[in-house]
Amino acid sequence: MKKCFERLFNGLIKENPTFVLMLGMCPTLAVTTSAINGVGMGLTTTAVLILSNIIISMLRKVIPDGVRIPAFIVVIASFVTITELLLEAYIPSLYESLGLYIPLIVVNCIILGRAESFASKNNVIHSAFDGLGMGLGFTFGLTCIGIVRELIGNGSVFDIAVLGESYEPLTIFILAPGAFLVLAFLVALMNAIKLKKGRDTGITGDCDKLCRNCPNTGCAGKRIDTEAVR
Amino acid sequence: MIKELIIIAIGSAFINNVVLSQFLGICPFLGVSKKINTAAGMGSAVVFVITLASLVAGAIYKYLLVPFDITYLQTIVFILVIAALVQFVEMFLKKRMKGLYQALGVYLPLITTNCAVLGVALTNVKKDYTILEGVVNGLATSVGFLVAIVILAGLREKMEYNDIPKPFRGMPVVLLTACLMAIAFFGFSGLK
Repeated sequence: MKKCFERLFNGLIKENPTFVLMLGMCPTLAVTTSAINGVGMGLTTTAVLILSNIIISMLRKVIPDGVRIPAFIVVIASFVTITELLLEAYIPSLYESLGLYIPLIVVNCIILGRAESFASKNNVIHSAFDGLGMGLGFTFGLTCIGIVRELIGNGSVFDIAVLGESYEPLTIFILAPGAFLVLAFLVALMNAIKLKKGRDTGITGDCDKLCRNCPNTGCAGKRIDTEAVR
Repeated sequence: MIKELIIIAIGSAFINNVVLSQFLGICPFLGVSKKINTAAGMGSAVVFVITLASLVAGAIYKYLLVPFDITYLQTIVFILVIAALVQFVEMFLKKRMKGLYQALGVYLPLITTNCAVLGVALTNVKKDYTILEGVVNGLATSVGFLVAIVILAGLREKMEYNDIPKPFRGMPVVLLTACLMAIAFFGFSGLK
């Protein structure tokens, strides 16, 4: 039981996929034009993550090591297809606004990453909680970014006008450049807090799994040093 | 016919740039853009794979999925085809084209999970492109990627020696650069 809570905490805070590991950047930047889209994308990913973690953990002794990645991808793609059809049938508004990014959950590095590094080595219950923790961490990240962008870009939060009539919305925040801008400042803010606490931000040349501070950023947790390989 | 293809090409290369306005392929865009050389290598590998993948995925969709009425399986089929294709290209280059393999080989394994490849295949289907239009769309999209990643790498090389405030070092300043590039690319929307 203790380990289950530890997994939840790990996903939400310690290894938060958005702010610490910087995984799944494509949906993070693309769908966070409003808070509600962020929540929708986050929960959809969470559902796929939990289900695929459970199935992969169940099959971990059956899948041969050599073909494990294709096998994982088939499992994940099946759940994404199921989720996509369910969304189309029951929540068409969300399906419309997320569009292309629902099938693209298949290539979200978080899901394959968790399958590879956790679910294929641990039992079903722990894997399910790991999926839940990571998924909620992702949802939390997307919602934060969504709230900031919607507030500044549209003057509202969850479609409820907050800043009043006199506020002139800065539309650029809900357009493409705003996504980069908001994420840059959120990450810088986290770095600033860490610096103030006197802790090292971990800006080093070696891979310390903190992709946020990696000068060689964004190998998407695959730990591939393109300079070295070359 | 030619006119339509040109419109598709300019549209997907510049107006709806794949990274700067659709946010596909962000991971390699931020990750492999430290030096112009590596960025150009990654970009060329992406051009190669996306063009080939749009051809293969388009053909499979038209001649396999549609006749058997199983288009709902497109996501699963496309991702498997792309993964297999990347493996195959890697093996082929290793065996037959040593020079090209040395230039692009490192980047190929990184491309399988590049969402731009799957994204282009799905867009082609969604927009009802013919196979030829799909290939042109794929080529143009990936050229857009190449242009964006090389520009970013050039800017990052210049920034190397700048005195950046401590909290902004690493990822944030790269994101800010990408933000400014996205604003610049808005200029292309006037071409519509």
